[in-house]
Amino acid sequence: MERNLMKGNEALAEAAIRAGCKCFFGYPITPQTELAAYMAKRMHKAGGVFLQAESEVAAINMVLGAASTGVRAMTSSSSPGISLKSEGVSYIAGSDLPAVIINVERGGPGLGGIQPSQADYWQATKALGHGDFQLIVYAPASVQEMVDCVVKAFDRADKYRMPAMILADGLLGQMMEPVSFPEINPDAYDKSGWATNGHKNQREHHIVNSLYLQPDALEKSIVDRYKRYEIIKETETDAELYLTEDCDILLCAFGATARVVKSAVNSARELGIKAGLFRPKTLWPFPVKEINEAAKNAKCLLSVEMSMGQMIEDIKLAINCSKPVHFYGRTGGVIPTPVEVLEEIKKLGGAK
Amino acid sequence: MATTEILLAGFGGQGILFAGKILAYCGLMDNKELSWLPSYGPEMRGGTCNCSVCISDEPIGSPLVLTPDLLIAMNQPSFDKFVKAVRPGGKVFFDSTLIEPNTDRTDISLFGIPSQQLADDNALKGGSNIILLGKLLKETSICSLDTMKKAIEKVVPPKKAALIPNNYKAIEIGMNS
Amino acid sequence: MAVVFERPKSLIDIPTHYCPGCTHGIVHRILCEVIDEMGIEGDTIGVCPVGCSVMAYDYFNCDMIEAAHGRAPAVATGVKRTNPDKFVFTYQGDGDLAAIGTAETVHSATRGENIVVIFINNTIYGMTGGQMAPTTIPGQVTQTTPFGRDPQLAGFPVRVCEMLSTLTGTAYAERVAVDSVPHIKAAKKAIRKAFENQKAGRGFSIVEVLSTCPTNWGLAPLDAIKRLRDEMIPYYPLGVYKDVENGVFENVQGGNE
Repeated sequence: MERNLMKGNEALAEAAIRAGCKCFFGYPITPQTELAAYMAKRMHKAGGVFLQAESEVAAINMVLGAASTGVRAMTSSSSPGISLKSEGVSYIAGSDLPAVIINVERGGPGLGGIQPSQADYWQATKALGHGDFQLIVYAPASVQEMVDCVVKAFDRADKYRMPAMILADGLLGQMMEPVSFPEINPDAYDKSGWATNGHKNQREHHIVNSLYLQPDALEKSIVDRYKRYEIIKETETDAELYLTEDCDILLCAFGATARVVKSAVNSARELGIKAGLFRPKTLWPFPVKEINEAAKNAKCLLSVEMSMGQMIEDIKLAINCSKPVHFYGRTGGVIPTPVEVLEEIKKLGGAK
Repeated sequence: MATTEILLAGFGGQGILFAGKILAYCGLMDNKELSWLPSYGPEMRGGTCNCSVCISDEPIGSPLVLTPDLLIAMNQPSFDKFVKAVRPGGKVFFDSTLIEPNTDRTDISLFGIPSQQLADDNALKGGSNIILLGKLLKETSICSLDTMKKAIEKVVPPKKAALIPNNYKAIEIGMNS
Repeated sequence: MAVVFERPKSLIDIPTHYCPGCTHGIVHRILCEVIDEMGIEGDTIGVCPVGCSVMAYDYFNCDMIEAAHGRAPAVATGVKRTNPDKFVFTYQGDGDLAAIGTAETVHSATRGENIVVIFINNTIYGMTGGQMAPTTIPGQVTQTTPFGRDPQLAGFPVRVCEMLSTLTGTAYAERVAVDSVPHIKAAKKAIRKAFENQKAGRGFSIVEVLSTCPTNWGLAPLDAIKRLRDEMIPYYPLGVYKDVENGVFENVQGGNE
């Protein structure tokens, strides 16, 4: 397969187009701008729609409109812009619409900074908007994986009729790596049972809606959605287990941070420390089975994040606090270094 | 080959990212694993600018180069800041027209060439970065000349294809100085 | 026996939730008459955002989308851009269109988005129980202007048709009222014109309908009609504010690659 050299942001866009994304609505923000620029250049050639909206709020609602008609639609932004989109994401989830949302994270809170961060983990996995709902959240760690995640995100969004998110960061978005595009033949999902694209006087009218004034009707709609979530939790988790079979100390990291941690794990092994890495590729659903498998022989765990510690709570829950879980993180746009992580590994007494 | 970590640094506008891209494409041409990571944000426009390139036979871990094996420095602040970080045994390539190599390190090799002057003398406006790449090519085993020429063809945008011979010339000047 | 009057086919035959004397019913009806007369029910998608008409998806027989407060023009943009051959309308109140959704309204207009916006201006927030709207007239008492709207405190009303008429992308802007039979007939004509514009690809069309809210105004329906006539029409003059005959994109060159 031909290898191309592409920025993460561009690869996300190209993958989306190849996955059958027919419209992109966005609003400029660093560090994801190349994604929208790529879409602006390429989308119309692919027979799709690119539109720069007047705000993030408008962009996500344009996605809602397009998705309502059964078309694959997407938007992208970075942390502050994702906060603005949260209203629309909640409506999309409440209306059972498929859509893909990309967050190329930067430091927060507030305007924060523009350097890489993972401090939107909670937002993505717990509460990207009001109400009871989830998004499927993918956490790629390389440009190639970004491509694969986008293809999967569109598919699963359609399959489960829910929003899916790629949680990337400024480092992944800005870096170039070799990438190849697999032959993509997106599965076609039948949307004729709900899409609002004109009934041609041949069926009942369709309604895309998230309003239920009767509590029991609203409750039922949510409970039904959560039944789907249970299936997703059973079938859609994904993680990489690296040198975990015999590890004494299990490091846990996702996305760009996992690359740093992998370097540190390799250095630790050279020093005779039995370190391993658990890298979730799906953040929701969290790979509970996988982490328990990875941690089975470990004496302790160390979560390394570009935040003050957010995923660590899911780790503790996943292993039922059965082992000590430590934390090391840098935040605000500072990227942890392999040397720093190695020092933490040494501190935890993994050394023989 | 273990991973070669390269850092390129200078002012915005000196072609730091462009030179880094050529190195990245060299890795691609040779079927290596590689990563290219720019500094991004406001510093792109006139401030200091740097770019990390990793080339390896194995998957790249952290793409952020903190202790470079090879450093290309194109202004004084970049030289002063990053020369300290170069790995022992590493090599530093710098523009001696603009940089006074003030360092007491003896465990690294310094290769200063007047790349800016050479570019001006040879009517290669903005070619200082490529001349330094030529020097790096000569003093390391990063790739072959042929690979670098192919990489240049990839990186120069089609609209500016007429500039490819100038880039070849700059490489040659760097190799011979 | 010849049928001389019947419910429009595209208006579903169920009781609505609107208050007695509310003019939403009139506007629903004339909108559906237009849809029927043009024979476009099967090719129409309506977008109703938060406000009294949020549940209009149960009343219109075309495909319907319920939108967040203020976001209907953005949702409609998404629908229209992916389905340019379909008819897309929004049905928005004054708080929705001219307060929380001002950006979406202005920018869909300035893009010349080829949609129809039906704008119900009754100078008050109905659904939430009668608060000040962006179109509340100076002096008007509402729940949040208990001493009457004081422009020094609460600013001035927005005249939407006038404002949107300044935008190049607006093809058609007309203000109508539903206080009398002749006005209702004129309102229907305006809505028809807006849909014809969409059919011809002329750009953004808005029909502002001066309406009543007897419940929140605290008036009997007939007195509400009288207020519309005596107080609203003088402040919000009826008429065509903009009508670009050949559409907003005539003589516009596209970008070249």
